[in-house]
Amino acid sequence: MPMQPQEIETLIRSKFPDALIDIKDLAGDGDHYAAHVVSAAFKGKSRVQQHQMIYDALGGRMGGALHALALTTAVPPE
Amino acid sequence: MSNQQAVHDHIRKLVSDNDVVLFMKGNKSMAQCGFSHQVDTILQHLGVDYKDVNVLADVAIRDGIKTFSNWPTIPQLYVKGEFQGGCDIVKEMFQSGELAALLTEKGVPHTKKTAVA
Repeated sequence: MPMQPQEIETLIRSKFPDALIDIKDLAGDGDHYAAHVVSAAFKGKSRVQQHQMIYDALGGRMGGALHALALTTAVPPE
Repeated sequence: MSNQQAVHDHIRKLVSDNDVVLFMKGNKSMAQCGFSHQVDTILQHLGVDYKDVNVLADVAIRDGIKTFSNWPTIPQLYVKGEFQGGCDIVKEMFQSGELAALLTEKGVPHTKKTAVA
């Protein structure tokens, strides 16, 4: 079941209100996305922890309803 | 002992017995998924010998590795027992040269020292 990009953004935004979120539909099939998320919440976290925080926000959809989400995360510049 | 615990123990042994372990779909040089293929290619490019674990051949490991690492997707890379990440993170680490640096720091033999610019 494909997900809409707005749905992904809403889920991420609910846990990261400050985030800059850029979502691209890579294949145009609603199934392969790339997301770049910039949030101060990532400060001091490892890359693995940052991605785990996003997966947590997606509430178990990653790997299920959401087949492919290429993820990059960053902390906003000071 | 629960099944999940038994699988986690098995995974813990795999990642401690082998310097570099890639949990992937398919096998080394014969990945059956584009994301696993990308990580396989990176590891081979760096000339690092690694243990491939085909999760498609074992549903218990396929599910178990996700809870073990608290990570929802395959592939998953372990170096010296430490979870490094999935395809996106490994790519970032490769491109920045961090992955080669990590292998050097951990004393894992590999032939290529840096990423191709």
